[in-house]
Amino acid sequence: MPDLIEMRGIDKSFPGVRALRQVDFNLRAGEVHALMGENGAGKSTLMKILSGVYQPDSGQIMVDGKAQAIGGPRAAQALGIAIIHQELMLMRDLTVAQNIFIGRERRNMFGVLDEAWLNASAAAIFAQMKVNIDPRATVGDLSVAQAQMVEIAKALSYKSRALIMDEPTAALNAKEVAELFAIVARLRSEGVGIVYISHRMDEIRQISDRVTVMRDGALVGTVAAADTPISQIISMMVGREITDARPIVPNLAGSPKALEVRNLSRGRAVREVSFDVQRGEILGFAGLMGAGRTELARLIFGADRPDSGSISVAGKPATIASPADAVRLGIGYLSEDRKHLGLALGMDVRANIGMTAMARFSDRFGRIDEAALGRVAHDYIAQLAIRTPSDGQEVRLLSGGNQQKVVIAKWLLRDCDILIFDEPTRGIDVGAKAEIYTLIQGLAAQGKAIIVISSELPEVLRLSHRIAVMCEGRLTGILPAEAAQEQIMALATQRDTTAGAAA
Amino acid sequence: MSSANTAEKPKSKDFSGAGQKLLAFASLIALIVAFSLLSENFRTVTNMMNILQATSVIGLLAVSATIVIITGGIDLSVGTAMTFTAVTAGMLLTWLHLPIPVGVIGAILMGALTGLVSGAFITKMRIPPFIATLGMMLVLKGLSLILTGTKPIYFNDSPGFTDIAQGSILGALLPAFPVPNGVLILFVVAAGAAYILNRTVLGRYTYALGSNEEAARLSGVNVDAWKMAIYALAGAVTGIAGVVLAARLNSAQPALGQGYELEAIAAVVIGGTSLAGGRGTILGTLIGALIMSVMTNGLRILSVAPEWQIVATGAIIIGAVYADSLRKK
Repeated sequence: MPDLIEMRGIDKSFPGVRALRQVDFNLRAGEVHALMGENGAGKSTLMKILSGVYQPDSGQIMVDGKAQAIGGPRAAQALGIAIIHQELMLMRDLTVAQNIFIGRERRNMFGVLDEAWLNASAAAIFAQMKVNIDPRATVGDLSVAQAQMVEIAKALSYKSRALIMDEPTAALNAKEVAELFAIVARLRSEGVGIVYISHRMDEIRQISDRVTVMRDGALVGTVAAADTPISQIISMMVGREITDARPIVPNLAGSPKALEVRNLSRGRAVREVSFDVQRGEILGFAGLMGAGRTELARLIFGADRPDSGSISVAGKPATIASPADAVRLGIGYLSEDRKHLGLALGMDVRANIGMTAMARFSDRFGRIDEAALGRVAHDYIAQLAIRTPSDGQEVRLLSGGNQQKVVIAKWLLRDCDILIFDEPTRGIDVGAKAEIYTLIQGLAAQGKAIIVISSELPEVLRLSHRIAVMCEGRLTGILPAEAAQEQIMALATQRDTTAGAAA
Repeated sequence: MSSANTAEKPKSKDFSGAGQKLLAFASLIALIVAFSLLSENFRTVTNMMNILQATSVIGLLAVSATIVIITGGIDLSVGTAMTFTAVTAGMLLTWLHLPIPVGVIGAILMGALTGLVSGAFITKMRIPPFIATLGMMLVLKGLSLILTGTKPIYFNDSPGFTDIAQGSILGALLPAFPVPNGVLILFVVAAGAAYILNRTVLGRYTYALGSNEEAARLSGVNVDAWKMAIYALAGAVTGIAGVVLAARLNSAQPALGQGYELEAIAAVVIGGTSLAGGRGTILGTLIGALIMSVMTNGLRILSVAPEWQIVATGAIIIGAVYADSLRKK
């Protein structure tokens, strides 16, 4: 009997990135097939191709042994392939039933809808799932777990034979995860093939039959879940040998503490996080997507308010109610999304560098001293080796690495003593990465306290004097610079077992 | 703790959703009561009919604007498109001497066509709605002036045409209710639009696009085709407004129209429709349009200078949206 789905030699490139290289993948009816890999390994891209969101550059997809071209989401639905996207794709202003049947509403010849049929059909699906959700409720009013159930109901309504779930448990508590797994088990017993994308090792062991691991857009291998130790799966995911040298950790024994964070919490995103950073230290933050690292940074920077916890800067308790407070205390935050949150792309290099320090370069009438600003901009262009034809160049025309340097210059001009880098080299090519690393190390050597948040383990390992690891909003451990990748991955996937009991 | 929160949320939201329309409706009643107390000339049946008559054209345009705004778009061309459809009726009736129904249907179809063209610019050429309809606003204004040689077209050769707005079928049947036809048309069209938005596929996709266009696309909805259909529907309503305007004035005035779009959008906003899309009702829009006409009419009867009437209208828009944002907090 042919496999339900077989993908052969799938290639996919996006401008500047080779996302998938000759990937093979197959799914059998009645199995749960876990798809694993680090962030950016290509899992979501592969599944978006299977569900018709993207078109492959080359390769073949067979359904029931017959080659099929999946031209769009509708073609995938017709073949019985449904995907539940990581960011739920629901219309918040519509009701549950309206969402489930969007695009397939029963109507008469004048296009008049049969709302009663809609609600009854949705109720029937929920009854089959043994889930209690009102089909007439507005989706915007549902919890994340309930919205997830709506997505699953929607997939089932297509009579799907292949169901792709992209990190379905990322936002669920233990009880909700158990409910989800019960539904997955029932679907499997009914012969549905399920692709399950997750970072959580314990889940994989609990529900999956086979595990496929991807790395850097390529297939690493497929193994049976039952007889493969978790450590082997982790080493398949991490794969690459560490070729980069580890940092030389300076002796910080006499160095004062720049930042002390105690029991900082906000909802489920950040839970009871405590750590210190000394002057001259680079503290790396490792973890998987959604571990709460960016959320933690936003709390420290005053972009969000914590529910509880305290922060001290340079030994003094600090009240940080807004980013303006943080900047006044010498904390700079370099966002992971520098194009949207870090730079005014249409303005020139000089204006961007001066953005946070305008008060110093303007007189009491608000007139800007362009000459003085220009001199400072030139200093930073030279000091950070920003490659730009002049300080009047629009920032959008610079490369990613040089844009990042402009952001760094902006914060240096504010005399920040604590710099938080969130994904400092995202979208930056390899050569420029090394330059940014040198720059960050140089800043630490000058006595600045530095926090680097990165989803790339090699980057964390190369830069950090100590490595903090987060999982599900908790700080699961702080490791020394020489920690092994496996240790970090173990902490990054260490789920909180007590949370389930509490919920 | 967390379960208690999720259980309470829907309730409070439903309550505030009803509160939004209630607030607008209460403001309308309060205005009418206030003006009635201040002036006995305001509280006559004739004046009430005047208010309704004055609401008919703006009300129809606001219905058209509501449909587009729920998709998360905007249509700045409704004012000049209305004029263009009135000119179309003038050309068909006065120049070509065609029967009245042909002129009326021709104008409505022309309205639908202008909407379809805007929709095509937005979907096929990926021009943002604000820009696409800003362009259409100017193109249609210019075309109206060119086609007419900047002179009005009168409907003197089509006896009965003015009855479309000024006659009263209802008054003939029930003398106690001398509601002008223009007003009747507004209510019939509004009821039809509300039905389409709430009960048909087209309406469902109107809300779906405004709520999450990408989700609709990934669900297999042909987003581009539906969006063009929605703009065409809104355009047809604009065409009806053009016919009613022409019948009221017994002429197609090519220089008229610009500025109406802002009044229409104001009525939509006062009625509680979100410019972000996904939410809004025709009933709210009608109340919004009535609030604006009652205000204008009442201030005029109290002999407030027209300049101050404009200021008051602006204040109402800001006040209405501020009240809405206060309520949301």
